[in-house]
Amino acid sequence: MSLIQKTAAELGAMVAAGEVSAVEVAEAHLDRIAEVEPKVNAFLHVDREVTLGQARAVDERLRSGERLGPLAGVPIAHKDIFTTHDMPTTAASRILEGWRPPYDATVTRRLREAGLVILGKTNLDEFAMGSSTENSAYGPTRNPWDLNKIPGGSSGGSSAAVAAYQAPLSTGTDTGGSIRQPAAVTGIVGMKPTYGGSSRYGLIAFASSLDTPGPFARNVLDAALLHEAFSGHDPLDSTSVDAPVPSVVEAARQGDVAGLRIGVVKEFGGDGYQPGVLARFNEAVALLESLGAKVVEVSCPSFVTALPAYYLIAPSECSSNLARFDAMRYGLRVGDDGTRSAEEVMALTRAAGFGPEVKRRIMLGTYALSSGYYDAYYGQAQKVRTVIAREFEAAYHQVDVLVSPTTPTTAFPIGERADDPMAMYLADLCTIPSNLAGNAAISVPCGLADEDGLPVGLQIMAPVLGDDRCYRVAAAVEKALESRWGGPLLKEAPAL
Amino acid sequence: MSAITRDEVAHLARLSRLALTDDELDHYATQLDAIIESVAKVAEVAAEDVPPSSHALPLTNVFRADEVRQSLTPEQALSGAPAVEDDRFRVPRILGEEA
Repeated sequence: MSLIQKTAAELGAMVAAGEVSAVEVAEAHLDRIAEVEPKVNAFLHVDREVTLGQARAVDERLRSGERLGPLAGVPIAHKDIFTTHDMPTTAASRILEGWRPPYDATVTRRLREAGLVILGKTNLDEFAMGSSTENSAYGPTRNPWDLNKIPGGSSGGSSAAVAAYQAPLSTGTDTGGSIRQPAAVTGIVGMKPTYGGSSRYGLIAFASSLDTPGPFARNVLDAALLHEAFSGHDPLDSTSVDAPVPSVVEAARQGDVAGLRIGVVKEFGGDGYQPGVLARFNEAVALLESLGAKVVEVSCPSFVTALPAYYLIAPSECSSNLARFDAMRYGLRVGDDGTRSAEEVMALTRAAGFGPEVKRRIMLGTYALSSGYYDAYYGQAQKVRTVIAREFEAAYHQVDVLVSPTTPTTAFPIGERADDPMAMYLADLCTIPSNLAGNAAISVPCGLADEDGLPVGLQIMAPVLGDDRCYRVAAAVEKALESRWGGPLLKEAPAL
Repeated sequence: MSAITRDEVAHLARLSRLALTDDELDHYATQLDAIIESVAKVAEVAAEDVPPSSHALPLTNVFRADEVRQSLTPEQALSGAPAVEDDRFRVPRILGEEA
C-alpha cells in the first residue's frame, strides 16, 4: 500500500517510529497532487519547496527529541481562507489575488506547532459563499467520483483533495454546511465543531456568528485527531469557548451506540429528496438500531424555516464583514488615476474584485439591514434563530443525537445550478439548523445512491460541546458499514 | 408584484459601494426579487414573544488585559498595501471638489 493511501493516524505512527520521514510523506503527496491536479483542480496554491522546507524542519524537530503530537509529519491541505504567512491567501477572490498575509491563523499556527506539513491552499467558493465551489474566481474544482460533478462547497477543494488522495487531511469552514455537504458528496468525513470550539482568528470572515473551522478526513478517527489538534480556547478570538475540548478521539476509538437515544428529524425527508439518498439514510438508521441504539422520530417543525432565516442572517453579516475590502490597505485597487475619489475607487474595485454571488449577498444583506426592512427581515430571522435553538433543546431532552441525510441529493452536475441561487441554496437545507444553534454536527459516508452511484452522507447532530457524541455515532456507523462493504467507501471511487 | 424594484437595487449597490453596470442591475434585480420573496417565509414563524438571537452562545463583553503586546511591524502591516508613502497607506482623495 502506497503512502498516499495510508490513514493520517498510520502516517503519524510511521513517522514517529522513524519508518518514514516527513519529507518522504510530503513528497509522495506532492507527486500525487502533480499527477491528478489537472483533472481535479482542488488547489489554488502549491509550493513544493515551501512544503519540503516545512517537512525537513519537522524531521529535524523529531530528531532533536522534541515531543510532537500524533499527527507530526502528516501533510495537510488548508482551505484558502485561513491565513498562512508563507503561502498566499485569496479566499478564491480576485480582490485578494496574490495577497500574502503577514500572520498565521490560529488553526494554521497550532497545526504547524503540532508538526503537520502544509501541502497547499485549497479552492473554495469565493469567501466561502456557495455550495459547489463554482463561485471560485479561479475555476471550479471537480468531484473525484465524477469529474463532471461538483465536489460540494464552499470547502470543495478540501473535500476533493482528501477524496482524491492528494492529502490525508484538510481543513474547512462551515457556515451553513460548507464542511458537511462537501464531505457527503465526495464520500469522506467532515465535522462542524460546536461554534466557538475552534478559533476564527485568521479566518477571513464571512458570517461571524456562524463561521466554524473544522476537519476533513477519509475516516472518523483521523478527523477526530485533527479536530483535537487545532481546537481549544483562543484568547485571540473573543467568541472562542473557554471550556475543555470534548474527548473526540476517545469517542472515535469507542464507536459504541448501545443504549444511545437517536432521533430522526421528521422534517428532513420526503419531497425534494433523492430516493437513493433516502434509501441509504433509512438503512443507516436501521443499522444503528441493530447496533443497540434506541431510535425515535422527533419533530422540529421550524427547521424548514432555517434556510430562509440563514439567507437573511448570513448575508447581513457578510455585508458588514466584507466592507473591509475597501481598496485602501490590502488587496486589489482599481481606477486610482489621480482624479477619482476614494469612494469611486472603492466602488470600482469592489465591482471588479467580487464575483456575482458575493455581490448578491452583500446587496441582500444591505437590504435586510436597512431601516424599514430590518424588523421584517433581519430581526424576524434572529427570532426564528431562537425558535430553532429551542426546538433543538427540546429534542435533546428526548434523545442524545439527531440524525438526517446530510444533503437532499448527491453531487449535481457542474453548471446545473450555477445561475439559479435558490436551487443552489437548497443543498444546505439539512445542515443550516446546526449552524444557527451553534451545535456540533458531522457527516459520515453511508453508501452510494442507486440512481447515480454517488456517495451519500449521514448527518449526526449533537448539542453544544457534545462533539464527542457525533464521533461516537459516526465511528459506529463507519465500523459496521466498512465490515459490510469489505473496506472504506472510497475504494469504490473510479481511478483518476 | 415584485418585492424589490430595479431602482432599489441601484440604491443598494450605491450603499454597498459596488459600481454595477446596467446589465448587472437588471440581472440582480430579477434574482434578488426571487430571493427576497423566498426568504420572506421567515414571517410565517410565530415569534412575536421570542427574543432575537444574534449569536448561538451566551457570551458578553470578553476583554483582555490592557497590556502592550507584540504586534505587526510597519513593514508587515504595509506589505499588502496597494500604495504606500512614508510608512503610511497612500489613498485617493477622500473629500469632494467643493470641500
